[in-house]
Amino acid sequence: MSEASRAPAGVDIILEGHSLSKRFGGRGGFFESSPVVHAVNDVSLAIRKGETFAIVGESGCGKSTLGRLLLRLLEPSEGEILYQGQDITRLGAKEMRRLRRDLQIIFQDPFASLNPRMTVGAIIAEPIRLHGLARGREVNARVAELLRTVGLRPEYADRYPHEFSGGQRQRIGIARALAGEPKLIIGDEPVSALDVSIQAQVINLLEDLKGRFGLTLVIVAHDLAVIRHMSDRVAVMYLGEIVELSDVDPLYEKPLHPYTQALLQAIPSPVPQGRTERQLLQGDVPNPTALPSGCRFHTRCPHARPRCSEEHPPLEPVGEGRSVACHFWREIQAAAEHPGDPPLASATLDMRLELYRTYQTRKAEQAAPHHNPTGGQP
Amino acid sequence: MSVQAEAIAPRRKLGRAASKFMANRSAVLGGVLVVIFVLLAIGAPLFATHDPFQTSFTAIRKAPSAEFWLGTDELGRDIYSRMLFGSRASLMAGVISVAIAVLVGVPFGLLAGFYGGWIDAAVSRVTEALLAIPFLILAIALAAFLGPSLTNAMIAIGLSATPIFIRLTRGQALSVKTEDYVEGARAIGLPNVLIMTRYIFPNVLPPIVVQATITIATAIIAEASLSFLGLGQQPPNPSWGSMLNTAKNFMTQAPWMSVFPGGAIFLVVLGFNLLGDGLRDALDPRDH
Repeated sequence: MSEASRAPAGVDIILEGHSLSKRFGGRGGFFESSPVVHAVNDVSLAIRKGETFAIVGESGCGKSTLGRLLLRLLEPSEGEILYQGQDITRLGAKEMRRLRRDLQIIFQDPFASLNPRMTVGAIIAEPIRLHGLARGREVNARVAELLRTVGLRPEYADRYPHEFSGGQRQRIGIARALAGEPKLIIGDEPVSALDVSIQAQVINLLEDLKGRFGLTLVIVAHDLAVIRHMSDRVAVMYLGEIVELSDVDPLYEKPLHPYTQALLQAIPSPVPQGRTERQLLQGDVPNPTALPSGCRFHTRCPHARPRCSEEHPPLEPVGEGRSVACHFWREIQAAAEHPGDPPLASATLDMRLELYRTYQTRKAEQAAPHHNPTGGQP
Repeated sequence: MSVQAEAIAPRRKLGRAASKFMANRSAVLGGVLVVIFVLLAIGAPLFATHDPFQTSFTAIRKAPSAEFWLGTDELGRDIYSRMLFGSRASLMAGVISVAIAVLVGVPFGLLAGFYGGWIDAAVSRVTEALLAIPFLILAIALAAFLGPSLTNAMIAIGLSATPIFIRLTRGQALSVKTEDYVEGARAIGLPNVLIMTRYIFPNVLPPIVVQATITIATAIIAEASLSFLGLGQQPPNPSWGSMLNTAKNFMTQAPWMSVFPGGAIFLVVLGFNLLGDGLRDALDPRDH
């Protein structure tokens, strides 16, 4: 267990992951062997009761896998998951089923997450019946109440999912998740498949429900703008690891990890004056079957130094409940606070700048003797 | 606004499939043919003009006439009446053997597709081994092993058709089980048996229905073939296949003995095939 996942005293922890890892593939048949995908690597985190905890990162960083590991919808390759102090990775099928009442999930794609052959009423009633929360007519009354709770008309219970729009279906999915009276809901990109106008409605609905039912929310997302609006703490993931863990406001105001900085810079600013020069990330996420040595981010990091490719930085607490996994975060931070200092430049950037300068001088030399009026244009 | 626009009556999907089916002329023709044969089989005693078992030495191999609409056979029995009763054997053989194949094949396919692992490996290897043997050869071998009777022929045909349904169901289950709603079912703690019956099975059903109608046609031919070889319906009970079997000896002298049962097999198989094709098109959600 790393220091980062240890909560301050007096804080009620509902769900914890200790050194969770998940690898896919590698077994294959007798004649073939598939490459091992390292989806989640040695991740530890502790979710506090009643908070909204966000997990962000690019697609393929393992954030959805982590979400499913926490619910034990996937079996972790290593590590353990504690729900209210109880290790749920060792539970038998029967006990696990009973526990699933408490832990629910909302899926990303509202068009794939509802059984097309069941009516909305049957979909929402299923967890109620399964966990014996109500019987007979009482079930219908509960279904109607749940539909009203998520802002749908109770008459919709007789219809099939294909008769609804994306936003309505997501509400049905939320109603089903609520039906078992859960304590924690994981939203796997719950709004990213919806129209922007509908996104706001669903986010507001989730926040409202969280307050009403005392839920703990874990939101998996790639959209930092949505996260800032609704979460208390954020874990930033890169290639199966948490690189930064922080309360939401400090993270947005002063991102420590270079990857977090790059993510924040990628948010479009609605105010033209507020726009700064962007330092967008180069290249793609490295192949998770062949992970980079040392710091996983060094292949794309603008501040990378030789040490980064050799030594893996652990996720270290840096005060104020924050943790970061970077060898040089202090220096990067200091450089950012003193704009007069020369920026930490990588060797590649130096080389590119050199090439550009050479190109510019050559061009100037060529243009000068002819006095060509268009010569100054690129 | 959008809520109003989407306020559609329930079961619209089925309605849409039905209207699509009705717009398909060959599918409707297939359906009509099947319905006619089923009605004739049910009402055989009403429509028959003679006792199908009544032999008559004075009316051997008579050509079609006002008295014997489709002629008589080598024992003087009325071919029209025998065909009416024979349709029962043919249709029953088609429907019951396919029911056997579905009842055995679909559960195995569901188990193999849903659980994967060694269950899938075992089921798939056996299925592939059976599929390597031609359908009719397998049916003949099984029928010969079980002994000649209509019941045994139906069992033999059903078991021979089973691998097709295992394969189809397994493939469909494999694709359905990766859907989010199946994971959602696991997330609420639904036991695997209920996931299979409530989530996987209803979603793999449409292609199975289509395959079943097409296999009914194959099974009818198989029953005719087995009866032709003497492994199906036993004399004196009529079936189209056994009627053809005796008719082959009188091809030139009494062609009506083979033409009419043969034509009936042709029509009912055509009917089931057209019906199956129509159902496949009507139930295909991609065109909706």
